[in-house]
Amino acid sequence: MVNRIRRNLVLGVPAAALVARAHAGAAQEPLRIEITEGVIEPMPFAVPGFVPDSPDAAEMAGRIGQVVTDDLVGTGLFREVPRAAHIGTVSNFEAPVEYADWRAINAQALITGAVGVSGDSVVVRFRLWDVFAQAPLGEGLQFEGPREAWRRLAHKVADAVYARLTGEGAYFDSRIAYVAESGPKQARIKRLAVMDYDGANSQMLTDGGSLVLAPRISNSARQILFTSYQAGAPEVFLMAAEGGRTEVLEEVGGMTFAPRFSPDGTRAVFSAAEGGATDIYVTELGARTLVRLTRSSAIDTAPCFSPEGDRIVFESDRGGTQQLYVMDAGGGEPARISFGDGRYATPVWSPRGDLVAFTKIVGGRFHIGVMRLDGSEEKLLTSSFLDEGPTWAPNGRVLMFFRESPGEEGGPKLYTVDITGRNLRMVPTEGFASDPSWSGLLV
Amino acid sequence: MTRRFAVAGLVALTLAAGCARAPVSVPVLPDPGYSGLGSAQDPLGAPANVTGGTLPGSNVGDTVLFTVDETSLRPDAIGTLDAQVGWLMQNPAQRVEIQGHADERGTREYNLALGSGRASSVRNYLVSRGVPDDRVSIITFGRERPIATCADESCWSQNRRAVTAAVGGPGV
Repeated sequence: MVNRIRRNLVLGVPAAALVARAHAGAAQEPLRIEITEGVIEPMPFAVPGFVPDSPDAAEMAGRIGQVVTDDLVGTGLFREVPRAAHIGTVSNFEAPVEYADWRAINAQALITGAVGVSGDSVVVRFRLWDVFAQAPLGEGLQFEGPREAWRRLAHKVADAVYARLTGEGAYFDSRIAYVAESGPKQARIKRLAVMDYDGANSQMLTDGGSLVLAPRISNSARQILFTSYQAGAPEVFLMAAEGGRTEVLEEVGGMTFAPRFSPDGTRAVFSAAEGGATDIYVTELGARTLVRLTRSSAIDTAPCFSPEGDRIVFESDRGGTQQLYVMDAGGGEPARISFGDGRYATPVWSPRGDLVAFTKIVGGRFHIGVMRLDGSEEKLLTSSFLDEGPTWAPNGRVLMFFRESPGEEGGPKLYTVDITGRNLRMVPTEGFASDPSWSGLLV
Repeated sequence: MTRRFAVAGLVALTLAAGCARAPVSVPVLPDPGYSGLGSAQDPLGAPANVTGGTLPGSNVGDTVLFTVDETSLRPDAIGTLDAQVGWLMQNPAQRVEIQGHADERGTREYNLALGSGRASSVRNYLVSRGVPDDRVSIITFGRERPIATCADESCWSQNRRAVTAAVGGPGV
């Protein structure tokens, strides 16, 4: 009756590991939460405590179970049936599931797990169950990794559950590059930082001695492009995400900023200001083959590749105000795609290719919005004194951005919002934080 | 104030008499009127109440202000810039860095570009009045270094600025 654990995924840290590709289609109609535009009722699920393989794994089992729960609840799509309401418990991961116990508390999905520790290694096994169909949902999975990567193991479990229950891509096991801010508004200290998608494991990469802006992390989360004043005028630098070696991206002869990686991480686009004009350039990392893509007397900036890397969306005030344009990745005549009231800035192409997210300034307010590539179906998701700089979750369902409060004591914090406009949440950071950049799903 | 304009007049004369350099086109904003709320600028074009410092050893203002989203010089900036030209002529070993700034009501990267354009407008003006271009560098700070921090136009108008800062040279 109990489905066998079929895959054993070993998690490396921090970089290499195996890809988690799970669950070929189940035989029955799968339990599925449909994400639609309308108001949704979160799907109730239960997580009985993950079972420790030995007494010394008990604390780790508790922590991993909690992160899995937090990941799922944080999406706004799922609601935990609290432990206090549980009728049954799971003390043996291999024992048959007592469906009646979970049906009675109206948990539609059940996540059971077990955690073992040995030396520096942690092993997590889990199964997902459709309570009302009385059947497992997909295969059991096992993840293994070093102890310090225990949160990644939990995110991998939650990612598998999320993907099976929504039919969408996963996104919890991912990293964010951002700017940690401190000090007075007139002389803000800004430090380059990275953290997990949920704000955990934050790490400072620069010491605050130089002003740094707008880091952009590669999809692999291994490299970061950012703008720094370390050499005087602002210039784009490239560094390893674990810290260490930092090099100037390109010497253009002007001030450079607004970099972004191509989706495959082999190229970078950025803008360079020379006098009153700001234009867009592309370069191949390593080869350093610099190509200028725009030549206007206007401000062309904030370029971003399409998921296939064949087109670039950017903002330009060539028509009088900031608007969004799309051009071929090799240059050519740009086509304007934004036509609404107000100004449009900081376009970012969805990893699914279907939408562009942007900052919109209209009526003295800042908004995060999305539209299709032809400018249709524009939808504003947020509104405040200053909302700016959206970045896509790896699955194209969620945006992170920063919201800055006004005035002398004001400052930015990071938020996430679903592309339906629901589930606005602050991402916990120690102090002020801005300019988030979301990696792809880690492997 | 009187002295500043006197210095500027002298420089203009020197230029006209002694320089054969090609004319540099410096756009000056044709309409000084600003449509924003509570503008700090007098609608008749009188100099705005500029917050900022002075160039070393002088009472020459180091700051000029800009209209929303504009990089062109406002008419009320010309007097200050002419005085800066005079100061540069009196201190021939001195180099300056023009620091372009923007208010916080635009996106970060656009504001970097805007600050570059503002600094560039000032540099172009100084060079057009005879200051050697190798004595004038530019840098943009976008909205990163506001001088005023309140959340209304009275502060934003002060932050849309270009500041001329003395760098290197003999300590004046």
